[in-house]
Amino acid sequence: MANLLELRKVTKRFGGLVAVNQVDFTLEPGRIVSIIGPNGAGKTTLFNLITGIYKPDEGEILFEGRSLVGLRPDQVTARGISRTFQNIRLFGNMTVMENILVGMHTRFRASPVDILFQTPRFRGEERELREEALRLIRFVGLRASPDELAKNLPYGEQRKVEIARALAARPKLILLDEPTAGMNPQETAETTRLIRRLRDELGITVILIEHQMRVVMGISERVTVLDYGEKIAEGSPEEVRRNPRVIEAYLGRGVAIGAIA
Amino acid sequence: MRKAISQSVLYQALVVPLIQLFVFVAISLVVIGSVVLILAALFNRPVAGGMTLLQFVIRTLPQVAIDGLVIGFLYAMIALGYTMVYGVLQFINFAHSEIFMVGAFIGVELMLALAIPSTAPLMLIMAGILLAVAGGMIGSGLLAVVVERVAYRPLRGAPRLVPLISAIGVSFFLQDAVRAIEGLLNNAFYRNYPSFPVLNQQIPLASFTVAGQPVQMQIQAKVIFIIIASLVMLSGLNFVVNATRLGRAIRAVAQDRPTAALMGVDVDRIIMLTFLIGGALGGATGVLFGVRVGRIDPYVGFIPGIKAFTAAVLGGIGNITGAMLGGIVLGVLEGFAGAYLSQFTGGAFGAEYKDIFAFAILILILMFRPTGLLGEMVGQRA
Repeated sequence: MANLLELRKVTKRFGGLVAVNQVDFTLEPGRIVSIIGPNGAGKTTLFNLITGIYKPDEGEILFEGRSLVGLRPDQVTARGISRTFQNIRLFGNMTVMENILVGMHTRFRASPVDILFQTPRFRGEERELREEALRLIRFVGLRASPDELAKNLPYGEQRKVEIARALAARPKLILLDEPTAGMNPQETAETTRLIRRLRDELGITVILIEHQMRVVMGISERVTVLDYGEKIAEGSPEEVRRNPRVIEAYLGRGVAIGAIA
Repeated sequence: MRKAISQSVLYQALVVPLIQLFVFVAISLVVIGSVVLILAALFNRPVAGGMTLLQFVIRTLPQVAIDGLVIGFLYAMIALGYTMVYGVLQFINFAHSEIFMVGAFIGVELMLALAIPSTAPLMLIMAGILLAVAGGMIGSGLLAVVVERVAYRPLRGAPRLVPLISAIGVSFFLQDAVRAIEGLLNNAFYRNYPSFPVLNQQIPLASFTVAGQPVQMQIQAKVIFIIIASLVMLSGLNFVVNATRLGRAIRAVAQDRPTAALMGVDVDRIIMLTFLIGGALGGATGVLFGVRVGRIDPYVGFIPGIKAFTAAVLGGIGNITGAMLGGIVLGVLEGFAGAYLSQFTGGAFGAEYKDIFAFAILILILMFRPTGLLGEMVGQRA
């Protein structure tokens, strides 16, 4: 199968620090894969490279066979990649509905003239997109009102809005940066189910950065391990769990095998 | 359902801000007016013309209020340019006062080129001024975009003070550029807006009697025009910011630029459009200002610019509603100070001290509310 995403020897330096070092990574469509690694391993930097926030110093990033290097974040989004953030970054003073509509930004066609004169084109489009936003709100299982300001929602709900907003651009690939951070076990289980539904029901390929091993091991088909910016292991959750280098990276030398399970 | 949505969008974007504007006007007039009346009652004594101070104030108050409001609307429109740019870039565009000045010059050149006879029918004159306003909007809007592209965008990553210095440089450059061009073309660097007797006539609004003396409330025809034009533009701006995709994108960029980019918003384009809108408002205001005062020169932007910036800070910088409120409050404050300082102080301080007075009040307000009257509400930013 053709690769959806392909990273070839991607390197990113910040001054003397090599945040991402010669990383190769390939991803077939329809997968759920995870990237794990200790703090500062370069996971989020990798997301920032893919989404165009950083430009790689070396290497190539291909999405559906075309290079992403040099594109601005909004252009990357238009190609079909959405993301969420480790620290929630909703537009706090906008409503849930408005947040999702911003996510649909690239899909609006009506001009201000259409809006001012309430042309059928505007009414149709506005209705269509708002209805789709409501569908997304239901899909992620949000209980809050669409007219609530995002900053007033509880933490778990904000995570869901972020995912709904990321889905609003109709991505082919979604990058989730620690979607279960700070969640209780019940919320974590709920989010895990939601991630699986992204792939099963919407056909979206998922890359996950995650710290909770239960989540990683439960849903990922493949796990990539980064340490000090380098890829130190890759394989099925089982293989990675048994890999001595991974255990060492996480827990230091001399720790018994199986400790990270 | 379908109708409800689109109606509520229009309602939210047009009706609510207009109501808000009227509330602001009413509150500032009532509060500041009452203070003046109370002071007049406290220090009541005979003044010139066989009246007491209180009678004098009551007689002139409505007229002073109208004049103050007009200045206030002009400040509000310029203040929007500062506050919108601050919203998206957290940067004070000190060249905005010169964008305003260039608008005034484009307007005067257009009016002079049109050469509408001073006795022409009112509709023709109105059309001419509207054309000048449109020209000022286009010219100033495009100029603001060019300034952003040339002087600010290359410095986007630099420390915050650097683009500020660049803005001051642009300011001087534009002043002297206009001075040079006008000097070469006309041998003088000031210009006069054509004057139209129809626009200068006083239209009576109401008349009443105070202490046995008749009082006439009047409004100049061009002032009505300026008020209507400001209302149209202020509500137009609210509409754009609150009801359109562009406005949603501007607010998103103001709240979190990188995230907005990741949501598919082309940030550079939004910043450009913000400068375009702010510049266009500034240019339109420049023309209206020119129509009101008549004579303009390349340095005419400085004082209104500083005051509008003050208004933006007074209302809460970055806050669009705040800029409107700040402009109205500052204008009314200044109007009242200009009209009454001399009478209240027995001639010790004349109208020329109105700025000191207005700014003293301003400093007092900011001591107690450093974030401005409405606060720096990021949600309102843009």
